Amino acid sequence: MNTLIFRTIAPFIAALMVLFSIFVTLRGHNDPGGGFIGGLIAASAFAMYGIAAGVENVRRALYFQPLSVAAFGLMLSALSGLLSITQGMPFLTSQWAFPSILGVEVALSTPLFFDLGVYFVVLGGITSIALKLEEE
Amino acid sequence: MAFEFSDGLYFAMAAPFVAALIAPHLWRLMGHNAAWLLALVPASIFVYLCGFIELVAHEGVGVKPTPITWLPQYNIQYSLFVDGLSLLFALLISGIGIFIILYAGGFLRKHPEQGRFFCFLFLFMGSMLGVVLADNLLTLFTYWELTSITSFLLIGFNHLKRASRRAAMQALVITGGGGLALLPGLILMGYAGGTMEMSELIVIGDVLREHSLYVPMLILILLGAFTKSAQYPFHSWLRNAMEAPTPVSAYLHSATMVKAGVYFLMRVHPVMGSTELWMYTLQIVGGFTMLMGTRMALRQLDLKKALAYTTIASLGLLVMLVGTSSEAAIAGAVLYLFAHALAKGGLFMMVGTITDKCGTSEIAELRGLRHKMPITFVAANLGAMSVGGIYPFLGFVAKEEIYRGLQGGSWNEILLTIIAVAGNSMMFAAVFVVSLKPFLGEETEKMKGALKDFQRGPWLLLIGPIALSSLGLLFMFIGPFLSDNLLTPMLYSVLGYHSSAKLTFAVHFNEALILSLVTIAGGIFIYYEADYIRSIRQGIIRTIGKGPDDFFDTFVTGLIRFSARVTRLLQTGNLEVYLAATFVVAAGTMLTPMILFDELPDWPSMPSLHFYEWAVVLLAVVGLFAVIIAKTRLTAIISLGIQGFSVALIFLMFGAPDLAFTQFMVETLSVVIIALVMNRLSLEERDKRPLAQTVGDSAVAIVVGGCLGLLLMSVTQGSFDTSLPNFFTDYSRVIAHGRNIVNVIIVDFRGLDTLGEIAVVMITALCVFTLTLGTAKQFRGGQGAKDAALPSTQQSQDQKGADQ
Repeated sequence: MNTLIFRTIAPFIAALMVLFSIFVTLRGHNDPGGGFIGGLIAASAFAMYGIAAGVENVRRALYFQPLSVAAFGLMLSALSGLLSITQGMPFLTSQWAFPSILGVEVALSTPLFFDLGVYFVVLGGITSIALKLEEE
Repeated sequence: MAFEFSDGLYFAMAAPFVAALIAPHLWRLMGHNAAWLLALVPASIFVYLCGFIELVAHEGVGVKPTPITWLPQYNIQYSLFVDGLSLLFALLISGIGIFIILYAGGFLRKHPEQGRFFCFLFLFMGSMLGVVLADNLLTLFTYWELTSITSFLLIGFNHLKRASRRAAMQALVITGGGGLALLPGLILMGYAGGTMEMSELIVIGDVLREHSLYVPMLILILLGAFTKSAQYPFHSWLRNAMEAPTPVSAYLHSATMVKAGVYFLMRVHPVMGSTELWMYTLQIVGGFTMLMGTRMALRQLDLKKALAYTTIASLGLLVMLVGTSSEAAIAGAVLYLFAHALAKGGLFMMVGTITDKCGTSEIAELRGLRHKMPITFVAANLGAMSVGGIYPFLGFVAKEEIYRGLQGGSWNEILLTIIAVAGNSMMFAAVFVVSLKPFLGEETEKMKGALKDFQRGPWLLLIGPIALSSLGLLFMFIGPFLSDNLLTPMLYSVLGYHSSAKLTFAVHFNEALILSLVTIAGGIFIYYEADYIRSIRQGIIRTIGKGPDDFFDTFVTGLIRFSARVTRLLQTGNLEVYLAATFVVAAGTMLTPMILFDELPDWPSMPSLHFYEWAVVLLAVVGLFAVIIAKTRLTAIISLGIQGFSVALIFLMFGAPDLAFTQFMVETLSVVIIALVMNRLSLEERDKRPLAQTVGDSAVAIVVGGCLGLLLMSVTQGSFDTSLPNFFTDYSRVIAHGRNIVNVIIVDFRGLDTLGEIAVVMITALCVFTLTLGTAKQFRGGQGAKDAALPSTQQSQDQKGADQ
């Protein structure tokens, strides 16, 4: 599997896949996509890159420990649910805000951060498994 | 809500637990003298509880502090209740607790872990207070189990001794097992009575007694009470509990743990008592326990064990008396319980002091201690006279009352009277053997050697025995006060109606007095023949051999062997067996209900499909076929991916793009990961199975697949409930501001589910991380014998698996 073509092209595909995964995650609320599928796409990007270029390169590219990324995601999701408690509502009740940034109305919401948390958990968790198995 | 006097009870209940936290630190600062300070805790509880005496005596019905609600919809709350019965017990626990703490300070003064001991002792005190003061049945049960656990800690305190560990475990198994029976009993009680509050239950006795569940309820509750109170055949734990340090024995026997069972029987007597089943069970078990206990007490060569058996006998007597359900007999039981608690506490401390000074507790070796230990000598005999029932001690009055209560003339009562007289005579003898033999006679040479550098004291060791033993005499003077304010309310609680316990120390010339004199005469006779009786008994026991204690060992060993065998049967260590078992069970659970309820689906009509849809289905079938004919494992895995992608295509075509995307990614990743795992496991490239196994595996696969297909077909043939999809379609825009319903469900409507799921993903990653960490070390060739041992056993197991 370790052909020259694959090794050459893998970084580009991986980069594209990561970009695409972010796009898929962010548009998830209105169109097909979301944190789970986005995380899976990103994880396969890293897994593939790992097969092509070795685990060390992936770890360097990720910068953070994959497990830490997953833990961060879990914490992000849980914290996004806590915000509603400060408003006197039950845990995980969604909160919305529509501030306008540079004249564009941006929809910010706790489900968005929740979804990002899912993204990071799946990305970190699966990547960690894949990298662990690729090592040796 | 205003804070009432009775609400302070919550603080009193919490105090021992707080003291348990502080005790070790205080001990570190002050050494064994910390006991003086620590004794203030039970003392203040005692004083506080005294404040209830007037309330309970005058109102009669009891005081209930404001309950702390917890799960009101299930009637579960933390609630307490003080009436005559619980008050007397609580006073005994805290009052005797004062002397036990002081005594423990002296007895374990050289022990390096005395602080820990104080901690356990306080935990135990708190749990016992909880048992007697709890009102809600589940509050009671919680404390009940806490006493089992804390007594386990106390009995096993000298955990380096094998006998201690065994005794502790035995106590936990027996009393904890009884607790397991008690819990359903309590729940049945709550169910039958419609309330979980004891204070409400005890006034609706008829409802419970006439309920169809009365018999199972009673059996379960009696099991709990009998194990706790060491009734035959559950008594052996109490004898073995003598392995604990003496303060524990004194506390366990005088006031607390073992009487919890008696307490509970008295507690439920107004609701459950007075039926024939109740009366006969309690009389038979109690009477037998009493005779057996006294007989064994006479047989013992060891001071502590002899006392332990007299406790078992006394508990038997109490259970028997509660079983008579006669007013005077129960009044006698109440008095006896009180007298016994005081005297027994003192006697145990006395024995502990002897052991502490002389280094032995063998009756045969101890002689002539009266010169060296005059105070202990006097204290011991004061206690013994109370237990023996000699005028004018409290024990005498109790015995008079018991004999008066058993007079009636029916054969049943005559029999019980004979049992009581015989038992009491033997108890008399046994107690005086303990309190006289070590002190009388001349010191042997061995004793002189042991006592060469004898020193009296410390005071911590002496206060308890003196105080508790002389209280039996002191109460003679405050008898009327006692009977009006403590014993009468308690009698009311046990009987459920008003009756008064008359405590008079004037001697009445009647049958009861004659029986008392017979008892004492019999006791003196047995005392002089004790050595002779002991030798006969030893012979008999040696020929009979096994008792419940040995049975316990056989039982536990058998249980361990049985579980080992079951484990070996189920956990073969062979993954193929696990998988096959799982799939067969799954197929069975899917198929059995469908056949039983005749719900097999009809054969569905074939839907009309477009040609490209047919193509996709064909692709899936081809993929499966490729899996089967694949030569190498890797090809098989990749072929499985073909089938997965086809299914994803079907999802895409029928309007579930989210699902399809996810399926695509999962398929890709699972192929990658399985390939990586395979690579790591370094399996053979080809899957070589004997034909028989291949056929068997295929059969299992086809059956499971078929069953799942049937299940899905029958599901789709039912009518489709559209309320949920409609809800989500209607509200996902309005409430969650999202057009993608699937995503809205995941992150918004069912956010908590998703949070749980990603936590699972996280944990899975952690597990894989840890697992591969282990194997990585192994494969790198672990250093040292420890690491080397692991792969070799692994290998041998694999070998075994392969052989099977």
